[in-house]
Amino acid sequence: MEEFYFCTEGLTVGYHGVPLIKNIEIRLKKGEILTLIGPNGAGKTTILKSIIRQLEPLSGVAWLDGREIQRLSGNAFSKKVSVVLTDRVRPELMTCEDVAAAGRYPYTGRFGRLSEEDWRIVQEAMELVHVGELRDRDFTKISDGQKQRVMLARAICQEPEIIVLDEPTSFLDIRYKLEFLSILQRMSRSRNLSVIMSLHELELAGRISDKLLCVKGDKVDRFGTPEEIFTPGYIAGLYEMTAGSYEERTGNLELEAVKKEPEIFVIAGNGSGTALFRRLQREGTAFAAGVLWENDLDCPSAKALASEVVLEKAFCRIRPEQIQRAKELIDSCKKVICTLDLEEAGEWMEELRELAGYARGMGKL
Amino acid sequence: MKNRRYMLSFFILGMLVLAFLALNLCAGSVPVPLGSVLDILMGREADPVYQDIILKIRFPRTLAAAVLGGGLALSGYLLQTFFHNPIAGPFTLGISSGAKLVVALVMVSALSKSIQVSSLAMIGAAFAGALISMGFVLLMSRAMDNMSMLIVSGVMIGYICSAVTDFIVTFADDSNIVNLHNWSKGSFSGITWENVALMAVVTFVTAFFVFLMSKPISAYQMGEVYARNMGVNIRLFRVLLVFLSSVLSACVTAFAGPVSFVGIAVPHLVKSLFQTTKPLLMIPGCFLGGAVFCLLCDLLARVLLAPTELSISTVTAVFGAPIVIFIMIRRRKERAE
Repeated sequence: MEEFYFCTEGLTVGYHGVPLIKNIEIRLKKGEILTLIGPNGAGKTTILKSIIRQLEPLSGVAWLDGREIQRLSGNAFSKKVSVVLTDRVRPELMTCEDVAAAGRYPYTGRFGRLSEEDWRIVQEAMELVHVGELRDRDFTKISDGQKQRVMLARAICQEPEIIVLDEPTSFLDIRYKLEFLSILQRMSRSRNLSVIMSLHELELAGRISDKLLCVKGDKVDRFGTPEEIFTPGYIAGLYEMTAGSYEERTGNLELEAVKKEPEIFVIAGNGSGTALFRRLQREGTAFAAGVLWENDLDCPSAKALASEVVLEKAFCRIRPEQIQRAKELIDSCKKVICTLDLEEAGEWMEELRELAGYARGMGKL
Repeated sequence: MKNRRYMLSFFILGMLVLAFLALNLCAGSVPVPLGSVLDILMGREADPVYQDIILKIRFPRTLAAAVLGGGLALSGYLLQTFFHNPIAGPFTLGISSGAKLVVALVMVSALSKSIQVSSLAMIGAAFAGALISMGFVLLMSRAMDNMSMLIVSGVMIGYICSAVTDFIVTFADDSNIVNLHNWSKGSFSGITWENVALMAVVTFVTAFFVFLMSKPISAYQMGEVYARNMGVNIRLFRVLLVFLSSVLSACVTAFAGPVSFVGIAVPHLVKSLFQTTKPLLMIPGCFLGGAVFCLLCDLLARVLLAPTELSISTVTAVFGAPIVIFIMIRRRKERAE
């Protein structure tokens, strides 16, 4: 147990005595980032609420720094754990600085007055999350993204050892999403801060997290490093995806493929085809693609969207069988589109040039 | 910069309290010159008629209006904090009316047996009534997460309690009932020095405890979840808040009957004056503001149609109700933004 900063043993959480997720086993070292992923309503928030003591766990124990979290005093707990939640706060007549300064509460005396030192820490935290210029603005009159960052500043002011965030990036645009997560990552490195959060953005979860906890149904489906979690086909199963596809290795996300006999054959490669594949999907046109090497940039989207893809193994010369299959598809399609610049291409493109010539001969290209 | 605003606000409130204390002592069906009032207060020789009016009637009444007004405003402030609702107050939530009902019951049954009810017993009865109403409100607040519905149900509780009180008062057979009738409409009249001493002790002690709670109250303003994360013992905090606000509104009701709108209007005005919601400032601010508000309203109740006296709630409603409407309109606007 000693080496882990935060861990749970057989933790079962739920509401009103009804267990929602059973036997949660988390092992987290100091300075590590843990992300909870899983479908809506799976209970990610319930787990987070139990960790931050908003909910009594139904059974099992959570340990923080070698002590049971339920046994810590309110004040001791607040100096170790701070939170950023999705609950909307509507404080009346409070400036952003006031809201951030609320994080100093556990460190103040009887009447909650802040010392010079406290204000300095508040100032630092606000600058760290780039809301320094919002100091005197009314908290209710700033954007959701700014609010979220002020709430992070508040949590940082609390000088926690572990910070718990529920879907912190939901209201942020792409710039602030990346910035927000970068701040967390920097703090986890520089201050050895541990982070536990839930995220909907899988590609971000897979990049920032040291550990992932996959919540599904009434249990934790998987717990491990991103490499262990993002195995081919796993995400579709975790989220019970019924439309579209997610490619675990590249994070490539596609809408539902048009499942009909292909009308168009696309000779693509080197990333030149992806945009076209997506346009055809939008137009509801079924297509086939080839011949693509398995390591081609166009491969993930082609596999997800095309009715059929003629593939060749990576780093191999295209074999006659593949060309044969592609020609059959061209025969059955009404039209052929080539997105590659075949004249510029190297000698291994010879077979593709032959294919294009075949299509041109039939008047389809 | 901010501190200067706070100091100035306190100065204004303090001055207003003093000014209205003086006005309330001087004005009335028999006007007393300020010089004579000062003479009497200093214990110097003065007209014996004036002396009786000031010392036996106006002075205790004026002090009561100040102390109870402060208590009422503070009680409203606590309830608004508790329910995160700007129009929560002892009157709108039916707490005053609940207190009134139990006090009326106790008084009528005591009068029928010709027992004199002590002030302390009145406070006790009012406190019991306040807690019963508060219990109902809390039960309903669990069933309904919509805050406007909470107020509506509070107002309903208030009406039911008032109806039952009227029923009791109507069918009670005693000459003292005239007094009871006046009281049940809300009035600062007939307050004795003994009353003043007791209400001052109860109100100041309670207000002191409220002031000690200003730190957890400030954490609670960010919402329950964050307050708990700050290490506030939410269950204990809520119990204390309910208890303290009930004591305050019970104390007021026991002596002056139900007084409407002070609990909502004053915290709102004080907030606007200070431009902050920091409890450390709001708690003393509300107390002073409530004192000013009730002194003004009691003054108007006495002098507007002198020698006939208006009930205090009639006057507080005239000033308070527009403020409540204003708050609701502004809230709607903020929501829409």
